[in-house]
Amino acid sequence: MRATVVMSEVGKGLRRNLGLTVAVVLTVLVAGVLGGLSFLLREQVSVMKDYWYDKVEVSIYLCGTDSVAASCLGPNGQAQAVTQAQKDQILADLQSLPQVKTVYYESKAEAYQHFEQQFKGTSIAQNAPPDSLPESFRVKLKNPQDFAVVHDAFTGRSGVEEVQDERALLDKLFAALNGIQVGGLVIALIMVVAALLLIANTIRVAAFTRRRETGIMRLVGASNLSIQLPFLLESVIAAVMGALLSWGLLTAFKAWLIDRILAPNFQFTPFFGWNSVVKAGILVVVVSMVIAALASMVTLRRYLRV
Amino acid sequence: MIRFDNVTKLYPSQVRPAVDDVTLEIDKGEFVFLVGASGSGKSTLLRMMLREERPTGGSVHVLGKDLNRLSGWKVPALRRQMGTVFQDFRLLPNKTVFENVAFALEVIGKPRHTIAQVVPEVLELVGLAGKETRRPDELSGGEQQRVAIARAFANRPLLLIADEPTGNLDPSTSVGIMRLLDRINRTGTTVVMATHDAAIVDQMRKRVIELEGGHVVRDQSRGVYGYSR
Repeated sequence: MRATVVMSEVGKGLRRNLGLTVAVVLTVLVAGVLGGLSFLLREQVSVMKDYWYDKVEVSIYLCGTDSVAASCLGPNGQAQAVTQAQKDQILADLQSLPQVKTVYYESKAEAYQHFEQQFKGTSIAQNAPPDSLPESFRVKLKNPQDFAVVHDAFTGRSGVEEVQDERALLDKLFAALNGIQVGGLVIALIMVVAALLLIANTIRVAAFTRRRETGIMRLVGASNLSIQLPFLLESVIAAVMGALLSWGLLTAFKAWLIDRILAPNFQFTPFFGWNSVVKAGILVVVVSMVIAALASMVTLRRYLRV
Repeated sequence: MIRFDNVTKLYPSQVRPAVDDVTLEIDKGEFVFLVGASGSGKSTLLRMMLREERPTGGSVHVLGKDLNRLSGWKVPALRRQMGTVFQDFRLLPNKTVFENVAFALEVIGKPRHTIAQVVPEVLELVGLAGKETRRPDELSGGEQQRVAIARAFANRPLLLIADEPTGNLDPSTSVGIMRLLDRINRTGTTVVMATHDAAIVDQMRKRVIELEGGHVVRDQSRGVYGYSR
């Protein structure tokens, strides 16, 4: 069959079945947005991992006069700030550990500076007094998994208030983000099932409304392909329209929510870039095409037996 | 052209076969009437020729092909060499006369210029020149059947299968349709026609195959409709 004939059949079919076509488009749109968002969330986690895992370290917070940890209390039960001798000893011990890559010292002033930078322009920065942040040793490990060695060696030691693995904090955040991502994916999959059933039903209805045409086509010897292709193209086109619309929404999501609102207010962390949006868009389009084609082929096999 | 060897067709969930051990041969260029009461197996026989149904026993050869061994994707190629006409015309109501005939050619991939040439020719042949832009509901029954015949004949088939083509038409219109089928037969196309119409069979004096309960009970060249009626 000539391409123009096929396309005119496809156009007629889509218009005749407008209600169901719109339903397919909208279902794929919702599935595409959810699937695309969970893909973008994954991209976001991976961007943050790349950025933060290089930066995070084990922090050994040192005692200040307002510390409450047992290791900071002097004989009189009052909190005692860490002494220079203790600091020197801790530093020497850290440097002698084979698992440690680098160590540097962060003073109260430096800590406050970093803090100010991170929360620039927010009320948190203005309300924190400059000497409220503890001084600390920042330790970079050769292998971040070796945190336990440092933890065990320095926890409870006098002058040390707390040993904290910042990676653990991040991992908690990432676990939460992953949970959201899985949730999004599950809802997207439910929508995909809905889209599949809807496409199957659309084809069933279309095959029924056009049974006269297909009956004649079979009798005059039209090939299976030319009988089934218009139906297949219709559902693929409807699905791709939905996918393209969801690509558009993902683009709007990136342009408005991320670039205009989130990125200016959360400058301490990077966000996924436009290439991730393009990847998500292509992914949604390809997946919806494949799903629509598969659903059509299975349904056509049942309802348009030649 | 067509050969049935001991063909039996038993539909699922039925006890008595619709066609029972039928052997017959139809040669190229013949005009054959299939007669018999309703349920005698005429339509099943035609459907097996079209490979709409497959026999449960025996073998069917059509146009040199063993239909039992013909794989599914080759069926369209076979059907392109056959034309089919039915009692209920089976025209597309939203297409014009021209478009109805053209549709059959479009869907088998004929190029546009061929269609533009063939369709007026075949409409002329069936006597519908000048009615190309009418829709089926603007035509009489006889004219609608002529459109269906034009569609069946447009691809110049070797075999024309007609299942009660005059069943919905009055006697005088039927005569016109029979003249047309006869003319098509004279071009060398084999015609197999199932019918109830005794007057037509008696008038045409062609080969008659009579079926009863799935068996061939009579096969006469230049026969009449029958005595038992």
